[in-house]
Parts: sequence; structure tokens; C-alpha cells
Amino acid sequence: MPDAQPAIQLDQVSRHYLMGESVIRAVDNVSVTVPTGEFLALLGSSGSGKSTLLNLIAGLDRPSSGSVMAHGQDLSKMSSLEVARYRRQTVGMVFQSFNLLPRMTLEENVELPLRLAEVDRSERSTRVREALQRVGLEKRIGHRPSELSGGEQQRTAIARALVNRPKILLADEPTGNLDSATGESILSLLREIQQNLGMTIVMVTHERILAERFADRLAVMGDGKLLSNGAAR
Amino acid sequence: MKFRDLSDLAFRNLREAVLRNSLTTLGVAVGVASLVAMLSLGVGLQQLATSRLAKSGLFDSVFVTPKTNLRRPGGGPPASRTPDAKARPLDADARAEIARLPNVIEVYPQIRFFTEVRYDGKPYATMVAGMPESSKASGAFDGMQGSFFSSPNADEAILQTEFAKELNPQTASLIGKDLVLRYAERQSIPSQPGETAQNSGGFSVVPKERHFRIIGVVETEPASGFGGFGSGRLLIPLPIAETLRAAQVNDLRDILRDSSSDKPTYSSLTVRVKSPSLVEATEAKLKELGFGAFSLLDVSKGLRTFFRVLDLLLAIFSSLALAVATLGIVNTLVMAVLERRREIGVLKALGAADRDVKQLFFVEAGVMGLFGGIVGTVFGWLIGRALTFGTNVYLHRQNLSSVDISSVPLWLVLFGIGFAILVSLAACLYPASRAARLDPVQALRYE
Repeated sequence: MPDAQPAIQLDQVSRHYLMGESVIRAVDNVSVTVPTGEFLALLGSSGSGKSTLLNLIAGLDRPSSGSVMAHGQDLSKMSSLEVARYRRQTVGMVFQSFNLLPRMTLEENVELPLRLAEVDRSERSTRVREALQRVGLEKRIGHRPSELSGGEQQRTAIARALVNRPKILLADEPTGNLDSATGESILSLLREIQQNLGMTIVMVTHERILAERFADRLAVMGDGKLLSNGAAR
Repeated sequence: MKFRDLSDLAFRNLREAVLRNSLTTLGVAVGVASLVAMLSLGVGLQQLATSRLAKSGLFDSVFVTPKTNLRRPGGGPPASRTPDAKARPLDADARAEIARLPNVIEVYPQIRFFTEVRYDGKPYATMVAGMPESSKASGAFDGMQGSFFSSPNADEAILQTEFAKELNPQTASLIGKDLVLRYAERQSIPSQPGETAQNSGGFSVVPKERHFRIIGVVETEPASGFGGFGSGRLLIPLPIAETLRAAQVNDLRDILRDSSSDKPTYSSLTVRVKSPSLVEATEAKLKELGFGAFSLLDVSKGLRTFFRVLDLLLAIFSSLALAVATLGIVNTLVMAVLERRREIGVLKALGAADRDVKQLFFVEAGVMGLFGGIVGTVFGWLIGRALTFGTNVYLHRQNLSSVDISSVPLWLVLFGIGFAILVSLAACLYPASRAARLDPVQALRYE
């Protein structure tokens, strides 16, 4: 049963860029609410503004206008230090290209958010193992990303996103670099995490079929606008 | 991020580009080496100069004269001087009183007289000087032929080379030979009954002879206090010189002042104190007692100023190499920011604050500075040793004794390392702030 307070609430959010003399409206007056515990899939063609919207929710970017609320906190009113803390403690991110640091082992990659959050060393090892266990990679703990398949690398990225126990998981095209079978297993894992941990997930994807299978709700974007807010399955 | 985690990440990043970072660190090391080597020369030369001067006894000594002494330095033209009411004679009582002052280790008169020496049946005119026992440590007798006086009361003489050559060009053959000192002994005339105080006393001058054994020949003319510069060509132990009671130039003045008693008075006394830092206080105390006092402290202050300016100039010129090394650090770190844009983006996406990114680069620069500083200080010390070695090879060829022209004291080690770290951190200011300002969205898109 979702909480009364939404996990994410976007109110008339716009993000404009200046390119020469023309204004690019990457996100244009979007309002959307994501209840706690929901798995929302953001669909849209390339350049539709879905990744920009995800970056705004992640606190990696700031809106030109409108407000982004996450668990009652207004991101636009936060200092850069507070936004950094928000990224550490409230959200976890998964990227299309995994973004694992190649010279680090899986253990070190997953441990990175714990270092940034200044978690005690004694606790880190347990939490890293738990996270890797959840994605089924506990036996590959000492391996480097280059020694893993694409699917395993994405699982590691999910473990890294989960290790700080965030309330919101943001996934930007998590299956974009994977074959369909592996992509399906990743989405299956995300769904499992959402159900077991009660986590809110916002996933950007252009794979409607997979999104329909695993997400609670689909929202469609086009030209920076929210074309469809979708409905709960 | 905690410092330990920052250090872990920094070391990992430095290892990633080990060749480039090692070369940058080597650049810092070369800069620090030139700085340390130059400063070690400055410090070494200063120590060499001051230790020689300290050994000479000039800087731990106060030159005492009676205030009525017409020869007192800085006293103005004789006609303008009026006797000081507090003025006291510089006699044996005064000498004893001065010796009891705190921090005074030695008080000795300056005894010099011009007289005749007979050697091998021939007469030679020369200046005789009494040398205190402490002059042995002055360094002036280092490398002498023969030895220093066996005891302060031995009838032994040391000749200055030029004078020794007059006696015999083969100076070494003089050692162990005897010479005769012919001098005028001052003998006081006791007061006769019925004489007024004004007409009493006086002294007569009696010719005397005394045999001395030549035990050494010395190259330089050792100083025995301020007045001792180039004073004696025939040196005898000071206690012996005192017992000779040879007539000196100030004796005539004593007669004029009606102080020609049996008690000797001194034209000057040299007061040695425990350390140069105590000279000023002792000088003031002596003036309070009614004597004229003068020291070479001002000269030593001038010397210290000269060496500080020299050190500064050496540091400025040698810092040019460090300035070039600084540009190397800036270049390396700017390259690192460009290469690690995506990594910086990932760190920010995972929750790293701008401050964390900045600190990471500062730690990397600091580590390069630390290693560069340590290696550079060792190099600098080695360069100093090599220069000392080369100088000593040259000095040995010139038959001169060896010297230590470089010195790396602890403060210079700490300064070398600390300065390298400071310069590296300063060089990191721009790259670190550039890394911290990176837009994470742009950085994550970077391939």
C-alpha cells in the first residue's frame, strides 16, 4: 500500500538550454507524481527529454522553473552540498553504460557510495556482500568489470545503487546495452528489488514491451512534454 | 569523504598513470633539490664563517679599557675628553672583580711588547705576545708545525711563520731549539720616607733575559682579543708573559697618572663569556662598573644579515626550477581532470560533493609534493656533499685544510618538504576547482 506522501512530485518542471540564440526546451512544463513504492517507466523517443527529467529527479541537474520534490524535500531549494547528500542517501542510479570504474574490483565499485557516505569500514564489507548477494554476484567479488558480461556489469551497477539503501532507484536505459534476454533478467531483478524492498523506481527506457511487463505505470514523453501520464497496471 | 578513503583513492589514481606522475614528481624533486642544495651552501658557508669567528674568540669577548684610556675606541678627539667621575683603573682588583661577574669564563690582559730576540747568536727585533690557554681552541693553531704549549707555565715559544723564516728558512728545523728573549723588566721604586704622595713611587726599567724553547711554528697570526689582530710574531704562554712584567707602551701613561705602583695596571682586558648571546649583557654590566667596553656584536649582526640576504637570493634563483616543476604539476593535473571526466561524473552521481572532488585532487598533488620534497631534499643534500667533496679535493691540492661548505639542518629538511607540498597544493588550485565545477550530466556523457 503506497504511503500518503509521494516519493517524487514534479510540478510544472521545465529545463531549457540556450544553444546559440535558440532556446532548447528539453523538459517543458512537466508535472508528474510518483507514489512511494511505484515502478514508473518513462518512455519516449530519443531526444524526448526523458533522461533530462531523470537527471532533474536525481539532482544532477536543476530545473529552469518548477519544483522537484523528493520525499518532501524541494531539490531546487537545496545547496550543492545538500543535493550531494540527497544523491548519496535518497537516490541510487543505474546507467545504460553501467559506469563502473574499470580499475576497481566489484567489491571496490560497490563500496564507493559507502566511502562517500562515510560509513564505517567494519560495516562496509557486510553491506557490499549483501548487495552483491542480492544481484547474484557474490562469487565475483574480486573480479574487475572487464572480466564480466554486460548483464553482470549492470547487476553490479544495481548493487552499487542499492548499497546505501536509497528510497528511490533511478535507472537510465538499464537494458540499452544488453541483449533482450539479459535485459529481461535485469528488469526482473529491478522488479524483485522494488517488491522486496518497497523501493520507488523510475526507469527511462524506449522498450515499451518490457516496460509494460515490469513497470507499474508508463509515462510517455515527446518534445519535452509529458504526452501520457499513464495509469497503474 | 574520510581522509583515509581520500588517500586510498588518490594513491590508486596516482598508480594509474604511474609514469606521468613519477616524472611530475621527479620535476618537483629536481626543483626542491636545487633549492635545498643552494640553501645548504648558504647555511654551510654561514656556519663555516661564524664557527671560525666564534672559535677566534672575537664574538664571545668584550674588550675592556679604563674609561680614561686615551686609546679607547670611539672616544672622540683627545682634547674634547674629560675624565669620567666613575672611571676606575684597570688593575688587578678590577680584573678579579670582572672575573667574578656572572657568565664570565676568562679575563686576561693583552700583553704585547716589542723587544729583542737572540737566536743562534744573532739579534732579531720582534713583537712578543702572551697567548691565553683558551686560544688553543681558536682554530688559529690548527695545522701548525709542532705543538701548542705543554702547560701555561712552560718556557715555550711558538713562532709565526714569517718570523720563523727570518731565523731559519727551514722552519721545521727550529722546533726544539732554544732562543733568548731580552726584554726590559719594569721594577717599581718604593716610596721614600718624607716624600709627598704626588712625588712618590715610579718605576725603573731593568734589562733581563729568559730562555724559551721553540715548540711550534704557526701559519697565521692568532688573535688574542680585539687588540690581538696580527699582534705577535713570537708567542709565549700568557701567565709567563705576565710574570715577565715587561715594560709596555702604557707604562709611561701610568707615570703621568701617578699610578705607577707595584700593582700592574692594564691598558685593556679581554673578557670571554659563555656564549655570544651573553656579550651584550656583560658589556652593559662592565660599563656600569665604570669601565669602557666594546664588542664585535654589531659586526656579527651585520654578518648574519649578509648571510640572510645571500640565502634569500640563492632561494629565489633556485626556486625557478621549482616554478617550472609547478607548471608540470598543473599540466599533469589538468590532463588528469580531462581524462577522468567520466569518473568525476560517476563520483558526483554517487553523491560526491564538489568539496570531495576538490580534496581528491589536492591529496594527489600533496602526495606528489611530499614524495618530490623527500627525494629532492635527499638529492639536494647529495649535491651539497658533492660540492663539499669537490671543494676539498681542490683545497687539498692547494695544501689547505678541508672545510664543510654545505649543511642541511633539520629546519632545511622540513622546509624543503613543506615547501614542495605547499607549491604542489598551490599548483592544484586551478585543476581541482575545474574538476569540482564539472557538470555531472556533461561528465557522464563524456566518452
